[in-house]
Amino acid sequence: MLELAGVGYRYTRWLFRDVTFSVPAGTVTAVLGPNGSGKTTLLRCAAGLLSPQAGAVRRSTPAAFVPQAHQSTFAYRVVDMVLMGRVRNVPTFATPGRRDHAAARDAMERVGILDLAGTPFSSLSGGQQQLVRIARAVASGTRILVLDEPATGLDLRNQGRLLTLLRELADAQMAVLLTTHQPDHARYLADTVVLLLGPDDVRVGPATRLLQDDTLNELYGIDIGAWPGSAHRTAERPLS
Amino acid sequence: MARDDAVAPERSLRLAVPPVAAMAVVLAGVVIGAVAVGRFGVPLPDVVRILTSRGEGLSAADQNVVLYVRLPRVLLALLVGGGLAIAGAALQAAFRNPLVSPEIIGVSSGASFGGALALLLGLGTTVLVGAAFGFGLVALVLVFAVTITRGITPVLMIVLAGVVTGSFFSALVSLTTYVADPYDQLPTIVFWLLGSVASASYGKVLIAVGPVLAGTLVLLLLRWRVNVLSLGDEEAAALGMRPGRTRWLLLTAVALIVAGAVAVSGVVSWVGLVVPHFARMWVGPDHRVLLPVTFLMGSAYLILIDTLARTVTAGEIPLGVLTALLGAPAFFVVLRRHRNRIWDDA
Repeated sequence: MLELAGVGYRYTRWLFRDVTFSVPAGTVTAVLGPNGSGKTTLLRCAAGLLSPQAGAVRRSTPAAFVPQAHQSTFAYRVVDMVLMGRVRNVPTFATPGRRDHAAARDAMERVGILDLAGTPFSSLSGGQQQLVRIARAVASGTRILVLDEPATGLDLRNQGRLLTLLRELADAQMAVLLTTHQPDHARYLADTVVLLLGPDDVRVGPATRLLQDDTLNELYGIDIGAWPGSAHRTAERPLS
Repeated sequence: MARDDAVAPERSLRLAVPPVAAMAVVLAGVVIGAVAVGRFGVPLPDVVRILTSRGEGLSAADQNVVLYVRLPRVLLALLVGGGLAIAGAALQAAFRNPLVSPEIIGVSSGASFGGALALLLGLGTTVLVGAAFGFGLVALVLVFAVTITRGITPVLMIVLAGVVTGSFFSALVSLTTYVADPYDQLPTIVFWLLGSVASASYGKVLIAVGPVLAGTLVLLLLRWRVNVLSLGDEEAAALGMRPGRTRWLLLTAVALIVAGAVAVSGVVSWVGLVVPHFARMWVGPDHRVLLPVTFLMGSAYLILIDTLARTVTAGEIPLGVLTALLGAPAFFVVLRRHRNRIWDDA
């Protein structure tokens, strides 16, 4: 589905080098790393929005990329936003046709936002807006979904809804690649994790093996046992 | 009910047709009305008969006024108003900024200079129109040349290049007026710069119709891509579109329209800024509907204002002055009443 082989990217110094992993259909891969470690750059390379200076990326279909949330200028309705996911399928001098509208409708149904179709995008909550962005990516018809910090800014309920949705999309044989700052999310969702510890120290492996306290200490330069936010994890709870 | 309606595949067509048809009917009415009124009134039924070439038996004076005095003027206002309005709507989307108007990319300043120069050198109308059009395109090429880089050109860079190019040509226009003969050439140049369709003729209509309609056609064909472009480069690229290519296509179409409009009517300001806002308040931001409606509305708007310009006083009020005098307060009132409705707090 999606394969990265020896991928490296540099601005002046190497941000990361020799990154190799693959995201087969039906699986989720999560990229973790501290701020500035190159997560977004790696994702953009994977999605085909940046060309890596080293290595190669293979995609079986064009990837749909869901960038981090930012404001849109015009108050388009949700259905029109989702329809824009079809831009690859509509010729330059044409407008979306019956099949594109059907694809947008299916995507909204899959993501569970059909009832929002006529609502202006700008009047939605942050969680709903994120669901619309994902529906837009699904509407493109791709099998590869790449998401940059999809859970940022969402409350616990919406985080749960998002994680469930991404799991469902993966179970429907999509290849899902995302970045996250929350090890809990990676634990719940990811089959494979990619840890960006440093330019020459990128670790890839099963989430269960890599997401241990000592690795997280090393990744974020903290002592996770003494970290103030770790108290809530003493009683393990499901996320949704 | 709203839900099924909103997602039905035929929706876009169904929603687009009524406003476009309604606006087309309004425009047709405005055209006929504008041809009828004036110092020399022609009854409406006679106007319709003359326009549908069934004017036998009517006085030659009536036919003359309708066909050779008023109709070319109305047609010119139709082309200029519609063209500037749709150009403004497209630019506001491409730059994601509600305050953008066709003047921002420097093309009108370039075209003004071309026209002023031709008037200074005492060259004929054909040269004037050609020079205005030519320098308008020169301005666009300059903006191109300044901003051309590898990969995607940032929107801010284009705006800056447009402003700089515009200022440069404005300075040249000032220079032209400074060296012009104050008793003979200067009034002509100043009056031309104010913007007017008073000197309309079928010749001018023929000159404007090519670039204005060609540019308008390109914008209409791009109307759905304009939606995607208005999300910003990052999101548009993420969806698989090449925003840079689409934007330059759009800018070239806009430059064609603006250069054509300035060449035949001077600088008619405010139409490209105000009319898209009125249209957006009526039909919403979807450019598939907005762009055609904006063209028709801009045409009707400019014909109405031009009719006012030639009928309210014995003399003529320059069109560009009226569009600003009426446009600015109307714009202000509507913005106060509708703020936050159409734009996301931008």
